Amino acid sequence: MAQQGPAPTEPATAAAPEVSLTIPVAPEMEIVATAQAEALGEYMDMSRDKIDEVKLALVEACINAFEHAHTEDNQVHITFRVGGSAGEWLEIEVRDRGRGFDAEGIESPSPQKTFEERRRRGWGLHIIKSLMDVVEIASGDWGTRILMRKYK
Amino acid sequence: MSETCKVSVERRGDVAVFWTDGYINNQGGEEIAKEAYAELDRGARALVMNLGKTRIVNSIGISILIEVLEKVMERKAVLAFCGLTPTIDKTFRIMGLAQYAAIYPTENEALQAVGATA
Repeated sequence: MAQQGPAPTEPATAAAPEVSLTIPVAPEMEIVATAQAEALGEYMDMSRDKIDEVKLALVEACINAFEHAHTEDNQVHITFRVGGSAGEWLEIEVRDRGRGFDAEGIESPSPQKTFEERRRRGWGLHIIKSLMDVVEIASGDWGTRILMRKYK
Repeated sequence: MSETCKVSVERRGDVAVFWTDGYINNQGGEEIAKEAYAELDRGARALVMNLGKTRIVNSIGISILIEVLEKVMERKAVLAFCGLTPTIDKTFRIMGLAQYAAIYPTENEALQAVGATA
C-alpha cells in the first residue's frame, strides 16, 4: 500500500488518543521509542509477544529513517495512537522530513538473495509488514511516513 | 542509557556456548561475531547461541549473525540457536536463518543435538 507523491494529510484515525515523541538520529535512540510502545501496549493489555512484534517493527522503521532518510532536521517524529472502543489497537506513525524513496521500486528481499547472493540488508520494510497487521507507506520529496497498526 | 548487548562464552569440550543479554543491533552483532570467530579459530566444531535474555534483534544484527553462519558453514562447523522469543524466532524464519541454522527451544536440547560433552 505504498503511496508516492504529496505529503499525506491527517490520518483517518486522528481522533484517537495519542502520544507524540521526537527522537534524534543517533545510535540506539530507537530503543527510547520502543519504551513508549511497550508502556502503551501494557496499558491496553496487549500480549507480551505482540508488544515484542510492535517494538521490532518500530525499531526497523526508525533505523530505516536513520540510515536512508538523510533528514535536514536530524529528527524522526513518532506518534502513537490507541484506538477502538476498548483500546483494541495500537497505531504508530513514524515520519521523517528526509529525501524520501520509491516505495514501489524497492526489490523484495528473500533468503535466497541473502544467502546465495550475499545481499543481507534491505529486510526492514519486509519485517515491518510481516509483524504488523496494517502498514501504509507514503514517501515523496517531503519525506516518508510509515503508518502501522497492531490489533490486540 | 545503554542497551548494549553483553555476550559471554563458555566451552563445553569442542562446543562453544554463547549467552547474550540485551539488544542485538550492529554493535551487539559485531561483539557476537568477534567471539564466534575467536572460538572457531580455537577449534570449536559447534556454536550454541542462547538468546534467552535478548528480546530484540534488529535486521542489522541478524545480517551479522548471517555472516557468522556463513563463516561457520565454511569451516564445516555447526550453529544452533536456542531460547528465542516468538518474535525473534519468527524474524529468523522470515530472513531464512532457520533454513541454515538449527533452532531449539532450550539450551539442553541444543547441546544434546550438537553432541556437547559435559
